[in-house]
Amino acid sequence: MLDRHNRVLQIIGVIVLALLILPLGIVVVTSFGTEATISFPIKGFTLAWYANIWTQPAFVSGFQSSLTIALLASLLALLIGVPAVYALTRFNIPKQGWFQTLFLSPTLIPEIVIGFALYQTLVISWRLPLWPSLLIGHLLLCLPYVIRLVTSSMLHLDPHIEEAAWTLGTSRPHAFFTIVLPNIRTSIVAAFMLCFINSFNNIPISLFLNGPSQNMLPTAILNYLQNNYDPTVSALSVLLMLFTAALMILMERLLGVGALTTTGTNA
Amino acid sequence: MSKANRFFLLIPATLGILVFALFPLLQIAIPTVTSGANPIALYSQFLQSHYDLQVIFRTLTIAVITTLVTVLLGLPTALWISRQTTAWRQVLSVIILFPILTNAVVRNFAWIIILGKNGVLNNLLQGLHLISAPLTLLYTDSAIVIGSVYLFLPIMITTLVDSANGLNPEIEEAAAVLGSRPFTVLREIILPQMAPAILTGAILVFAGAMTAYTTPQLLGGNRHLVMSTLIYQQAMTLGNWTTASVVAIVLIGLSLLVLGLLRWYTGRLDRRVQHA
Repeated sequence: MLDRHNRVLQIIGVIVLALLILPLGIVVVTSFGTEATISFPIKGFTLAWYANIWTQPAFVSGFQSSLTIALLASLLALLIGVPAVYALTRFNIPKQGWFQTLFLSPTLIPEIVIGFALYQTLVISWRLPLWPSLLIGHLLLCLPYVIRLVTSSMLHLDPHIEEAAWTLGTSRPHAFFTIVLPNIRTSIVAAFMLCFINSFNNIPISLFLNGPSQNMLPTAILNYLQNNYDPTVSALSVLLMLFTAALMILMERLLGVGALTTTGTNA
Repeated sequence: MSKANRFFLLIPATLGILVFALFPLLQIAIPTVTSGANPIALYSQFLQSHYDLQVIFRTLTIAVITTLVTVLLGLPTALWISRQTTAWRQVLSVIILFPILTNAVVRNFAWIIILGKNGVLNNLLQGLHLISAPLTLLYTDSAIVIGSVYLFLPIMITTLVDSANGLNPEIEEAAAVLGSRPFTVLREIILPQMAPAILTGAILVFAGAMTAYTTPQLLGGNRHLVMSTLIYQQAMTLGNWTTASVVAIVLIGLSLLVLGLLRWYTGRLDRRVQHA
């Protein structure tokens, strides 16, 4: 039987899990090494590489802008995405499918192409500064998550509840904020978290839209790796893993364990 | 509610996509048909170059192998996870989810440490006296495949676990009682039920592996370009914007073509499942 005691399934499962975890474990170990280049196993123990992160201005400023852009892009995506979803699911909009396809269309364009096209249009043609261009790029990345997640929870919400409120004299905006919004809260939080994580981790879009004056953390690491092979990146990776872990705990607190595993599929 | 008001809520998102996604796409697409001798001149030039064809072939091969390996490793793992107790299943799901949410640079960097000339794997093999000189593992096509599998396997597993959780074990028990061996159960009962999920996973992995930038950049190096790294190299290192645009359009075209085929096949499967 192919149950949990099946030898073959068990062996493959354990090996795959080990292969998923071990590489990250090796990175953690190398971050404590005393040698000037990354080595494994390590010869001595030091925390110096963690201190070294803060001496790299690209990492510090990159973290700040990645954080700001991710927060702003996620918020903006919600601000323009939720009203659009509301209109599409509650009003009788002609050509509804077209709008849905349009809003999800950024997922069909490879991210590297979005970055390149935005660089050409915003930075070269329109001479827009890098910072707003980055924000726009990350907004395009985030919007489809909002549309997808919020649409499915709007479709699950019984429209009669809202209609009951109107009949009782509540204005449409008031009904939206007091009845609809609390009911789709989970999908909004989930969309925000997914947007934030994907924007924070994004490389292909940021790659074209950053420069010496405007760093993003992932691309700063990429640049650093071109010329250096020391455990600073290992140390920074450990901090980023802790950051991921913190976000997962936050997601679990806000949405519950079940939500944590189902949102993973959409990532 | 007046008609104008209804559309009012749609305006910001619609304008945003039109102005910032579709217009820029048009702006890079138009020069690719106007700068050549005829509209398809640049494309036929690109598709006739041996080097560029090699890049396209490498991109597709890496995406196909990555997809196949993630299915082969992901399916048994997903079945194994779905057959655990609820508590264990949650722990395992979190372990699978963690890499998905971890930055791709970090995940690829791990493989630089493992596959490098003085890396973990070479040291291990030399320590065991299996090889005498370090192997060239990093900056090869295989390194890109390994990195891509590592990147996308968790996504395949989560997609398959959802579907495997929905399987009814009693059907498998019935088959076992009637004398089916595990492999027959897998082929005749599990695979047909999980086929739509396998295709969904394949779509996600293929699209991701085909267009990924970080993995081929970090693990492939400059001599093993795929289409995404070629776009960046042409645009930013060489300044050939029109060439970069041609590659970008071909990449979009190819990925839409493959995804369209996979979706069409998923649709056919879904219909077959409904009819059954």
